[in-house]
Amino acid sequence: MTTTPLRTSTTTDHLDLLESHAIFILREVVAECERPVLLFSGGKDSAVLLHLAVKAFAPQQLPFPVMHVDTGQNFPEVIDFRDTTVERVGARLVVAKVQDTIDQGKVQDPGAMGSRNRLQTVTLLDALNDNNFDAAFGGARRDEDKARAKERILSFRDTFGQWDPRKQRPELWQIYQGKVNPGESVRAFPLSDWTELDVWQYIEREQMALPEIYFAHDRDVVMRDGMYLAIGSFVEPRSDETVERLSVRFRTVGDANCTGAVISHAATLEAIINEVALANVSERGATRADDKFSETAMEDRKREGYF
Amino acid sequence: MHLATKDLLRLATIGSVDDGKSTLIGRILVDTRQLFDDQLDAVAEASEKRGVGDLDLSFVTDGLRAEREQGITIDVAYRYASSPTRKFIIADCPGHVQYTANMATGASTADLALVVLDVASGLKEQTRRHLCIAALLGVRSIIVAVNKMDAVDWSKLAFDRVVDEIQALARDLDFTSASIIPVSALLGDNVVESSSHFPWYDGPTVLEALESSEAGTWEHTTTRGARLPIQWVLRQPGGGRTYAGMVNGDTFHVGDRVTLLPANIETTITAMNFGGEEITDATVGLAADVALAHETNAGRGDLIATAPLPSVVNELKTTICWFGVKPLVIGQRLKMKHTSKVTPVRVKTINGVIDIEKLDIDESTSLNTNDIGLATLQTADLLVVDDYRANRVTGSFVLIDEATNATVAAGMVGHASFL
Repeated sequence: MTTTPLRTSTTTDHLDLLESHAIFILREVVAECERPVLLFSGGKDSAVLLHLAVKAFAPQQLPFPVMHVDTGQNFPEVIDFRDTTVERVGARLVVAKVQDTIDQGKVQDPGAMGSRNRLQTVTLLDALNDNNFDAAFGGARRDEDKARAKERILSFRDTFGQWDPRKQRPELWQIYQGKVNPGESVRAFPLSDWTELDVWQYIEREQMALPEIYFAHDRDVVMRDGMYLAIGSFVEPRSDETVERLSVRFRTVGDANCTGAVISHAATLEAIINEVALANVSERGATRADDKFSETAMEDRKREGYF
Repeated sequence: MHLATKDLLRLATIGSVDDGKSTLIGRILVDTRQLFDDQLDAVAEASEKRGVGDLDLSFVTDGLRAEREQGITIDVAYRYASSPTRKFIIADCPGHVQYTANMATGASTADLALVVLDVASGLKEQTRRHLCIAALLGVRSIIVAVNKMDAVDWSKLAFDRVVDEIQALARDLDFTSASIIPVSALLGDNVVESSSHFPWYDGPTVLEALESSEAGTWEHTTTRGARLPIQWVLRQPGGGRTYAGMVNGDTFHVGDRVTLLPANIETTITAMNFGGEEITDATVGLAADVALAHETNAGRGDLIATAPLPSVVNELKTTICWFGVKPLVIGQRLKMKHTSKVTPVRVKTINGVIDIEKLDIDESTSLNTNDIGLATLQTADLLVVDDYRANRVTGSFVLIDEATNATVAAGMVGHASFL
């Protein structure tokens, strides 16, 4: 049997501490809750979360399934990545489709090109209910948004899945208290204290795979609402828009019709880390149309039960 | 570009409402260019909309709608900053007495407290309360920003008057280090940039003080043996088991003689893993799993320890910060979560409430919302504990309301030395 000494036995850097803290949270929630699930979109944050979950329970299988809330408007590269990753780690995948929610008449169909971003909340809450999931792990980070910056690591949700920022449980030390009554649930965010840069440094250190769209590539895009949108099944150029072929990458991965690309030549993890370290614009500011509607867009969606 | 390995400093802002905590954090983040352009634009836009000037720096952390409407901080905001060698996790805590539980949440993991107070009003009761809670929570080091110096014409006299008060309280509360810095968070003097307004001051700016503070004291305040509260049992291929948990107190090594508690079984660590890979030693803060030489029926809630061993008890003297809406009374039943163990408890006696002004214990047989008091608790199951001063993990717990599952108290094993 080979023995691998820890990277550093006497000193631990910030990534080691963040990694162990996240693993600790994963184990704590699984021990305390009846039916946890890990929300996996195929984006970099949920990929890191899944990687940490595998580490937390190695050499055993993951003690919970993985769920994707599928808007049907994904980048195909991301769906490929989702499927290969889930298969590699041997997890059970639950796919909750926004299309089903539309077909059931619970939400209005926004049309082929319309955004389904907000509709996801209904699909998510239904899927959590239908499967009796009482804890959902998410890859959200507090540096992403000012409302997220206020949320506990274990975020209590009432029977409607709502977050009430005025009624958060005190969360002292590293005591994570996930006890809930039937119908209530918690969302758990093990990456709360990670920044975008931490995530990328960790991905490089662990040599993790990611969807190709995170790396610079040539793509046809149009400028719309101050963002470059990729031409594809969910975005067609309007008559007043000019299609350009540019070297771009995606800083976040959301729906193809509301996630902006950034101009970039960063084709390696090292180049991306340098780019992120020098960025002038935040991750969501650069890439998410859904956050630009109002001052408290994220808070409002979270109150409704969003991720 | 080379991104250096960094250490991690956790700090919490504390102090009374309206003394400028959020503005100071906003100032630090803006002046060190930790904010992105779009975030800064959003703060400017929100400031204009609410008619509070060009750039209300408190909006950097006061991100909730209600907070901006009311101009106060309701709950902790976590912000992140980094220097070439250090990552900072900043908990910007609320000042109102009704949000004391949120303040305690932010301060409970802090290495350091950044105290903000208004030079004109000095140490208010709420600032004293926060300092007392920070001291009870084991924060040993404080940086005090004496704020709004611009409003007193940068007066040394005004500053000195407050300094005497702070130093006396810092001594009473046993803080080991207290840097006291005159600042204007509003204008930026002595926050990141030093200021020509203070010819009589030659100490550090707030940022310099933060950069030279000791990191990691949260994990390393412990002075006694290594501890591993078992979270989860992992089955290994071939039939063995390992016990997973986060190490605290001291490093474990393969070959260490350890005791499994509360069963009191002496055994040896035969192997350790991290993330499925073998390791030879496990340092504080590592989420490891360990194999033991003896077959045991150990499980979640048990603890693996090296000498000096913790105590095994079913009755314990504690310091309680009570957050419940109704008072805590003798005979009350609650649930306790201590490390990875949840057990029913009963309040045997309440031994008094802390007088924040005098730092004395007043007689009382109940604790009201936001009171800090001393209580003796009886537990249904055996607990494995250290005194909080020796180990923040095995010395801390929360109390849970049996009906609602709400967290209603933060508790510490033992009493602070200054009481």
